[in-house]
Amino acid sequence: MAEPQVQPPTHWGGTEPRRVLAPDGSVVGDPAVRLEADELRAILRWMVLARRLDRECIALQRQGELTVYPGFEGQEAAQIGSATALGDADMVWPTFRELAVALVRGVDPGQYLQYHRGTWHGGPYDPRATRFGPICIPIATQIAHAAGGALGQQLDGSHEVSIAYFGDGATSEGDFHEAANLAGVWKLPLVLFCQNNGWAISMPAAQQTAGEIWRRAEGYGFPGVRVDGNDVLAVYAATREALERARRGDGPTLIEAMTYRIGAHSTADDPRRYRADPEVEAARASDPIARFRTWLIAAGHADDTFLAECDVEAERFAMTVREGVVAIPAPPPEWQFEWVYAEPGETFQRMRVEAMG
Amino acid sequence: MTSWTMSAALNQALRDALTADDRVILLGEDIGVSGGVFRVTDSLLETFGDRRVFDTPISEAGIVGAAVGLCFGGWRPVVELQFDAFSYPAFEQIVDHVAKMRMRTRGRVDIPITIRIPAFGGIKGKEHHGESPETYFAHTAGLKVVTPSGALDAYALLRHAIEDPDPVIVLEPKARYWSKEEGELGPDELALGTGRVVRDGGDVTLIAYGGMVARIREAAEQLAHTGIEARAVDLRWLSPLDDDLLRRCAVETGRLVVVHEAPRHVGFGAEVAARTMELAFDSLAAPIARVTGWDTPYPPASLEDRYLPSVDRIVAAAKETVAY
Repeated sequence: MAEPQVQPPTHWGGTEPRRVLAPDGSVVGDPAVRLEADELRAILRWMVLARRLDRECIALQRQGELTVYPGFEGQEAAQIGSATALGDADMVWPTFRELAVALVRGVDPGQYLQYHRGTWHGGPYDPRATRFGPICIPIATQIAHAAGGALGQQLDGSHEVSIAYFGDGATSEGDFHEAANLAGVWKLPLVLFCQNNGWAISMPAAQQTAGEIWRRAEGYGFPGVRVDGNDVLAVYAATREALERARRGDGPTLIEAMTYRIGAHSTADDPRRYRADPEVEAARASDPIARFRTWLIAAGHADDTFLAECDVEAERFAMTVREGVVAIPAPPPEWQFEWVYAEPGETFQRMRVEAMG
Repeated sequence: MTSWTMSAALNQALRDALTADDRVILLGEDIGVSGGVFRVTDSLLETFGDRRVFDTPISEAGIVGAAVGLCFGGWRPVVELQFDAFSYPAFEQIVDHVAKMRMRTRGRVDIPITIRIPAFGGIKGKEHHGESPETYFAHTAGLKVVTPSGALDAYALLRHAIEDPDPVIVLEPKARYWSKEEGELGPDELALGTGRVVRDGGDVTLIAYGGMVARIREAAEQLAHTGIEARAVDLRWLSPLDDDLLRRCAVETGRLVVVHEAPRHVGFGAEVAARTMELAFDSLAAPIARVTGWDTPYPPASLEDRYLPSVDRIVAAAKETVAY
């Protein structure tokens, strides 16, 4: 097995994560799941598109077209690898940082970005049709929703699975524990997908929790796995296995995907206040897109023409989304009252009249 | 005529709801084998099985959060939070998601969750077992809050809550679980957000909800012996609140006394008083009086009687209001 030529980010100490590709793109592990060349190219394409859009969103925020925006650069393999493994009917319960997952699920980015445009909370896309839940800010609360969603899927006798996304910081919250415990006790068809990106705003993962997150699964009575979150093939394989296990009725799996948040927590955050540039530069050397691209070319699954096409498409994609975003209108004021209740009381209706004049 | 305790009437409401709609499921601590600490869910597990009635781990945030997720699959969860103060661990889920999810999804996902909470004091309970959490919930847009005062209303209002497409917090006055009421159980004949005059009178209106309704009725009887005819009002719904009833009482009696167990400061009585003033200031002949718990934590059992609004305190406040 070849030694990785680049050291992974510092918070990756302890148990070596499961890995197929080393940071230099060399093969160091069994891919376990065979993907066809066109599927592999589709994964790279999504990663390139997602990164380009992420950067465009930051630019849009700087230009005053979006409110605060939380970037995900560096986490493309964790998000695209896991999202690609999902079945169409599986249900995603995201945080506020899963735009790349949303793209793979077919959520219209223009609709998604209404959230960051400040024109609607939660997400104006249809969470049932897209199987992508509302954007969720209160940390770890969506994991409990995912447990309930999975309970419903189990009661319906479906073979659908729920997947909850969350970060390393979320594992310090009570809701993570409560949801994981319910999932274990009820053997729910649930995948708990932790993107350990090293930082919860300014709190480093080492100060967030003393143990390794993936090991907590044992305490809840189901398996945990630590995977190289910057290795899209390893992420894909681990997620597929967890999904299949859940579909068989064998219960939940906790995946800890080791990755790194290259950018700020959000456009309102200045990471230079709490972390040094050399750490970020070291993490850049473990870039998930470069790694996968190198391997794709070396393995003969893609060529330079394809890479160039991806870049052109990503540019066009970003510009199309930008045009859509800047054209998003402010919602009509009466929407403030429109969906608060399905059946509002008379007092509420009177206030609505008062507010609308 | 059948005699019902509130506990038995609530049990029947759950039984009928589970029978009427196979998407109704129950989640709560000790609600299955044990039948709930107040026996409200007695024998429902036996009848409906463990795929409808879930004995959950001690996990208030987890089960309320799970209920939100269940709604996305078209389920209609009824959650029991064992005691008032044990609703607080679920507060984040209730306020951030139960209350707002319908708006957040632009009405694509209804949240027809019912959260039953044995609430208020009067049972010589331990600390954290006598809280009045109604204003936390009534203050939160997106929630409806209801509290029955007797067995027949308990049945009707719980059935309404479960069938309502919006989330409803049902505060069950635990001091009234074993009180009996004669009559037949049936659907609520009053509309959403409607209170009820439970004793008529023209000199002063006593307003209460939950466990204090029995007390204002008793106070009204005592006042009658002194020549004061008091009207007693059971608000039933705290959200939405019955504006029309408040206005009518102000117009017809000119004097109001509002009674609740919760502390006075920013208590529900403040909303009743402010709203009545907005609606019918010119009809008021006296300041609206508040008879409430004190602005202290709920006391230990041996001091409970000095904390809860007593009939004497209500009578005294009513007399003062009438004499103003």
